Amino acid sequence: MIKRLFGCIFLLALAIPASAAFDIGQLMGELAKHKGGRAKFVEKKYLAILDKPVVSTGEMTYTAPDRLEKRTLTPKVETLLLDKDILSIEREKQKLSINLANQPEALAFVDSIRGTLSGNRAALEKNYALHLAGNADKWVLTLLPSDQKIASMVQRITVTGSKNQVRVIEYLQADGDRAVLNIDPIDAK
Amino acid sequence: MTRQAGRALAIWLLAMLAGAVIVWNSRFSADMSFFLPAKPSAEQQVLVDQLKEGVVSRLLMVAIAGGDAAQRAETSRKLRARLEKLPEFVSIQNGETGSMNADRDFLFNHRYLLSPAVAPERFTVDGLRESIANSIDLLASPAGMMLKPLLPRDPTGELVELISGLNAGAQPNARDGVWASRDGERAMLLIQTAALGSDTDGQERAIGLIHSQFAEAAPGGRLSLQLSGPGLFAVKSRGTIKSEVSLLSTLSTVAIVAVLFFVYRSLRLMTLGLLPVVSGALAGVVAVSLAYGTVFGITVGFGSALIGEAVDYSIYYFVQSGRLGVNHWRARFWPTIRLGVLTSACGFGALLFSGFPGLAQLGLYSLSGVVVAALVTRFILPPLAGDNLGMRDLSHIAPRLKSGIALLQGLRWPILLLALAAATLLAVNRDRLWHPNLSALSTVSAADGEIDQALRADISAPDARYMAVITAPDRESALQAAERAGQKLDRLIVDGIIGGYDSPARFLPSEAMQASRRASLPPTAELQARLLAAQADSPLAAGKLGGFIDDVEATRSQGRVSRESLDGTGLALAVDSLLLQRPNGWSVLLPLRPPGGDKGVDIAIEPVRAALAGSGALFVDMKNEFDTLYNDYLHEATLLSLAGFVAIVGLLAVTLRSPQRLARLLLPLLLSVVLVVAGLHLIGQQLHLLHLIGMLLIVAVGSNYALFFDDASQSTRRFEDFDDATLVSMAVANLTTAIGFGTLALSKVPVLHAVGVTVGPGAILALLLSACFVSRKGRA
Repeated sequence: MIKRLFGCIFLLALAIPASAAFDIGQLMGELAKHKGGRAKFVEKKYLAILDKPVVSTGEMTYTAPDRLEKRTLTPKVETLLLDKDILSIEREKQKLSINLANQPEALAFVDSIRGTLSGNRAALEKNYALHLAGNADKWVLTLLPSDQKIASMVQRITVTGSKNQVRVIEYLQADGDRAVLNIDPIDAK
Repeated sequence: MTRQAGRALAIWLLAMLAGAVIVWNSRFSADMSFFLPAKPSAEQQVLVDQLKEGVVSRLLMVAIAGGDAAQRAETSRKLRARLEKLPEFVSIQNGETGSMNADRDFLFNHRYLLSPAVAPERFTVDGLRESIANSIDLLASPAGMMLKPLLPRDPTGELVELISGLNAGAQPNARDGVWASRDGERAMLLIQTAALGSDTDGQERAIGLIHSQFAEAAPGGRLSLQLSGPGLFAVKSRGTIKSEVSLLSTLSTVAIVAVLFFVYRSLRLMTLGLLPVVSGALAGVVAVSLAYGTVFGITVGFGSALIGEAVDYSIYYFVQSGRLGVNHWRARFWPTIRLGVLTSACGFGALLFSGFPGLAQLGLYSLSGVVVAALVTRFILPPLAGDNLGMRDLSHIAPRLKSGIALLQGLRWPILLLALAAATLLAVNRDRLWHPNLSALSTVSAADGEIDQALRADISAPDARYMAVITAPDRESALQAAERAGQKLDRLIVDGIIGGYDSPARFLPSEAMQASRRASLPPTAELQARLLAAQADSPLAAGKLGGFIDDVEATRSQGRVSRESLDGTGLALAVDSLLLQRPNGWSVLLPLRPPGGDKGVDIAIEPVRAALAGSGALFVDMKNEFDTLYNDYLHEATLLSLAGFVAIVGLLAVTLRSPQRLARLLLPLLLSVVLVVAGLHLIGQQLHLLHLIGMLLIVAVGSNYALFFDDASQSTRRFEDFDDATLVSMAVANLTTAIGFGTLALSKVPVLHAVGVTVGPGAILALLLSACFVSRKGRA
């Protein structure tokens, strides 16, 4: 009952921006046109246990629709590669490969960023309720997990961007810790 | 019956009775020890142990197909739950989460005794600062987020140190929470039996239980089960050998009895004729049983060939002595037959010296069988049969045989040319004639082999190809040696020569190692002070690390990790399979993983050998050992065949005392060998060492016929005067021998098939070619 009530509230919340000038369909259309590129990133993790955020920096390369490489340069070199459903992490001499098809929760998490980058609305709506604010030049897309299992890991994902370029992704975890990923395109096309 | 006959019969009956008692008490076996070396090297001993009782030999892979993913996953869970309750199984893995929790808890609770990073330096101010900073860096990574909840209790990251040494490599696919094949269409389980790999009965029972439990867990028949593994191969191969032993012996007996009856038209003669055969077959089993303790099923299966060979002597006796009487037969023909028995004995006897136990048994079995059959024919049969054999006259067949031989003799040049062509073919293809490895002798069918490969790939089952092996007098020294070898292997990982290794010392460190790790841990007050200094500038304040201080203190006061501490975890199984108590001490196995990636699936052997030199650890490449073993067998079989051949030639040379007669006798035999081998190559048979033995047997058995022709050419002036009865007896004897060996050619057991397919046609060719090349001039 409570679940259904929440569902109604979400629907209401979604209904209002949907009728506004800039809607999710348009945003997704714009994002889908983005064929990829290189960007610098700065990621800050604010953890309750730490007095200061953990900062990591590096480069990201996105190739539409399903290849994303995140190369962390500081504090430790680490390469994270998402190619279709295979997620590989290489750190020092360790190499780890995960088939996301085996890990539905991790897949949902990965889909939040991949779906946004590729403008894949269906993939996003499979696991999240979408909420859009702002206009084409400065928009904020909020993803709220609809699945209990995902919600137990992440409360909310907020994606900020301009036109078809994602600028900031913020993950608010279930325990209140959050991570903010700032993306700065190197050669925007 | 004369008194002499009565005595002979009495002795024979007593001997048969004693033989029957021995056979009754013999142990028969149809397992792989047939193929395992009799005098293994240290490396081969590892191979043998692994095949007989190693973990890999006890693994069964199971796939559940049909239905949908949810049904398969449900059945996989039900099957695991059912099998887990049975004492026949040690572990059932299907990828269900939850089964790993106990392992993780154990590792976390004992991390300060288990982590290889625990040393006094790690708990100094600098050491703490560095390791905690590392852990914080790890939080920046997505991989580190899983460790976040553990950080206050494990800030130095010991669990990460522990887990990073484990095999993070290939994990099977998963669907609906359980392991699945690569295409996701089958649920997969990996089952370890309690029964050893060498315990074929136990394996059969375990396989039966898996099938029956599956049938109960998934009624309705929508789902199907596929199973493979060394245990299944052992069970199937035993089944094949068992069914073939009786089938082949029955086939060859029935065919030979039919031939004998057709020739003799006398029940009495036929029964008497089988006497030497039965005696020989019994003597063969008795000799093997007394010499080796265990009689292999394959050896008994070879009986059908022995029957065909042993019956020859009574055929010679009945057919040849019918007209001449027994005394004349003894004087006239027995020396030739005796020489034939001796050449056969040389051939079979050569095998006695083989280090391949199966081959040595075949040799002893046949040798004693043939000799006893000949002796019974010579000494027991005549008094039993009496003077009046009542043998019907068969000489009317002889003219037809003689015209056939005349026809053959006109073909000498074409046959020589054909043999030359065959020899050329073999010389040109000499690199492609031989099967390269031991699998040639395996009874595993190609279809079963493919199923096994597919399941193995789907579940990423370990193949345990590379291993370092340590032996030590007791458990503690075994574990210490494993730790020393581990340090050398760690360096090989850094150098990228190996990808990783497993060690029992990882979960059960030696007492000395545990004591030294415990001694590295500072007392609480000291640790607090150092932590405060180390974390002064860190984002992780020392005040948040109370759990860490408590856990370190708990480790300082708690007992050591013993084998019993592992009970209830999957790690107990890992330790038990790598740390084994043997009759004369303890042995440790350290399976090595290849570096993987672009460096391939092979490990460079030399650097590993060099690194482990002096550590007491022996590095073994199982595949290499298998290949070496097979090559050793092949090399040895080549030498033995040559030695057997030389012995036969020597025997004939000494007896015949004429190089010309010797050459004339050997020519048809060698031509037969060449033609048969070329024929086998043309029909696509890859030769292995039993074909090689078959070649020796063509010479050993074929020489019997060649000897009669040689004898005839010496005793008659013209070929047309050749004794009719002798000719007929040779034709019949050759037919029975060909039937005996030919039946083996029907076998699915490669060892038997190869001998049959070589010697069957070879024996016939040896007779025909001996007839073809017999001197037309006769005695000068």
